[in-house]
Amino acid sequence: MAELLQFIFSGLTVGAVYALVALGFTIIYNASDVVNFAQGEFVMLGGMATVFLAAAGLPLPLAAIAAVVVTVAVGLGLYLFAIKPARGASAVTLIIITIGASIALRGAAQIVFDKQFHRLPSFSGDDPIHILGATILPQSLWVIGGAGVILAALWWFFRVTLTGKAVLATAANRLAASLVGIDTRFVVGLSFALSAAIGAIAGILVAPITLTSYEVGTMLALKGFAAAMLGGMGNPIGAVAGGLLIGLLEAFGAGYLSSTYKDAFAFVVILLVLFVMPGGLFGARSVERV
Amino acid sequence: MTCHSALKSLLGGATLALALAAPAVAQETIKIGAVLSATGPASFLGDPEEKTLKLYVDRINAAGGVGGRKIQLVTYDDGGDANKAKTFAQRLVEEDKIVAMVGGSTTGTTMAMIPVFEDAEVPFISLAGAIEIVEPVRKFVFKTPHTDKMACEKIFDDLKKRSLAKIGLVSGTGGFGASMRKQCLAVAAKYGVEIVADETYGPKDTDVTPQLTKIKGTAGVQAVVNADFGQGPAIVTRNYRQLGITLPFYQSHGVASKQFIDLAGEAANGVRLPASALLVADKLPDSDPQKKTVVGYKTTFEEVAKQPVSTFGGHAYDGLMMVVDAVKRANSTEPKKLRDAIEATKGLMGTAGAITMTPTDHMGLDLTAFRMLEIKNGDWTLAN
Repeated sequence: MAELLQFIFSGLTVGAVYALVALGFTIIYNASDVVNFAQGEFVMLGGMATVFLAAAGLPLPLAAIAAVVVTVAVGLGLYLFAIKPARGASAVTLIIITIGASIALRGAAQIVFDKQFHRLPSFSGDDPIHILGATILPQSLWVIGGAGVILAALWWFFRVTLTGKAVLATAANRLAASLVGIDTRFVVGLSFALSAAIGAIAGILVAPITLTSYEVGTMLALKGFAAAMLGGMGNPIGAVAGGLLIGLLEAFGAGYLSSTYKDAFAFVVILLVLFVMPGGLFGARSVERV
Repeated sequence: MTCHSALKSLLGGATLALALAAPAVAQETIKIGAVLSATGPASFLGDPEEKTLKLYVDRINAAGGVGGRKIQLVTYDDGGDANKAKTFAQRLVEEDKIVAMVGGSTTGTTMAMIPVFEDAEVPFISLAGAIEIVEPVRKFVFKTPHTDKMACEKIFDDLKKRSLAKIGLVSGTGGFGASMRKQCLAVAAKYGVEIVADETYGPKDTDVTPQLTKIKGTAGVQAVVNADFGQGPAIVTRNYRQLGITLPFYQSHGVASKQFIDLAGEAANGVRLPASALLVADKLPDSDPQKKTVVGYKTTFEEVAKQPVSTFGGHAYDGLMMVVDAVKRANSTEPKKLRDAIEATKGLMGTAGAITMTPTDHMGLDLTAFRMLEIKNGDWTLAN
């Protein structure tokens, strides 16, 4: 029982991070049809910028906010200088641009920051909380809670605000949206900024647990992309469910089966799901395109 | 600049170039090559190694060189790429005409360069860890660091002293972790150690609690050993404390840098690891024969490089000193004579221990060169 609970805690913590990365993929994909492989670098930037700003003497909360601002600026820059000029290019071209951007960002981070691993202090201490024989770090609660708050905020944004509805309209049909007077370029730019912010927050929340370095984004982008595919590309609920599922699969796979095949186990299940349900778990309810 | 003066300076430059290329001058310097991973993923190895070599070559030259002859160091940066390393090795042999080589930061780059130096019959002192570099013994290849096999033996030796026999092994799946896991499994029986749990994790994993939970739940485990280097062990250590496991916890010499303590934080306290005496230089008793060497190197390096000493720069120091020692004894810089002299190295005190080479042992260190350390209050201390 304690073991099972421990695996669940582990899976939820890791899964919440995957979920946040997957959410970033989803938002940009919906607004612009671009699969942004630089999403992992947003996570890296959030964590690394916070570490270095805090080391420069800024109090942690301020450093975190500044790091989010920096990352949003980078996200907007990516849209303005790389994606927007390539307007009308094929999806594959756009994907290659984002892969190039991710490599460039990793290289820049190597020079601006350094090549070492870094750790942020935990927000509320390192003493694990004991629940029925299992333990969870307070920082894990920050990660899981943070993912929940972001999901709720997104829900409110898309369902309640006019700007959010404009994003949904653009996602459903860009031409129709621009015909009714929605500035679709603004919407796409906004989605890049939003994704960057979510990525950065994920990077900050998770840095005390997983450590951070210039290249942590690569693996997160891969797992986040898998989570988005599993949940159904373009569906925010699917992204979160996919992320949590992969996290849990990995934890259970490593715990009950073999740790050697941990990564393989998660990917095999994703492949199976995609074979049976090509649109992903929540794909049927995703936006239809013409 | 007038036409005349331009011509003059051109001529001057040409004369200088001629003078440099003249064999009379070349014979007077001792040309030592070094291919290191100063940048790239293994830069935490190559960077202090390069700094150490440059620093000590300058110092030796400033003090008059070796037997009146200056050392000329030729360094190349392979960025951790084995193919590049091989190309640079060829260049060192064919164009630079070096008499000995100190370098090869990783096992991968070293293995790629071995055929070049074996063919050219130039002595090659590697700074990489794996045992396969000197086993089987190759005529011109030597190495300075302790091996992963020795790390397992030192840990098992310590376990035996504490009457602990059943261990859980958790290892990274990267090159170092996988190799050390193999060595540990191979030597366990010799020390009466039984590995009752054997778990692994990927080099980029950020959470190892499931594997550790499994080890925690395995009946009879008395201690846990982690075989890996880099950031992985820091995460394992933090997870270990999170799960509240109170069994003795061992790491390898792969975490023997201050960075590990910084990353693992409080959780690092109580971790034991085998490492070179260099890390506890100030804490060694004055009677320790290694004290003078390690304190000397640590002070010099930290003063000039402005960064904490690591065992990796120490490996480069040992390699350079082996060549210098061999040149003195052979009274020659002829590569084959140097090789014979290096193989006859006896009791040379390096940062990794007293080095005594034999035709069947091209590393020359025994377990006494390894110290068992324990991390206490965020610093290294000698265990026992």
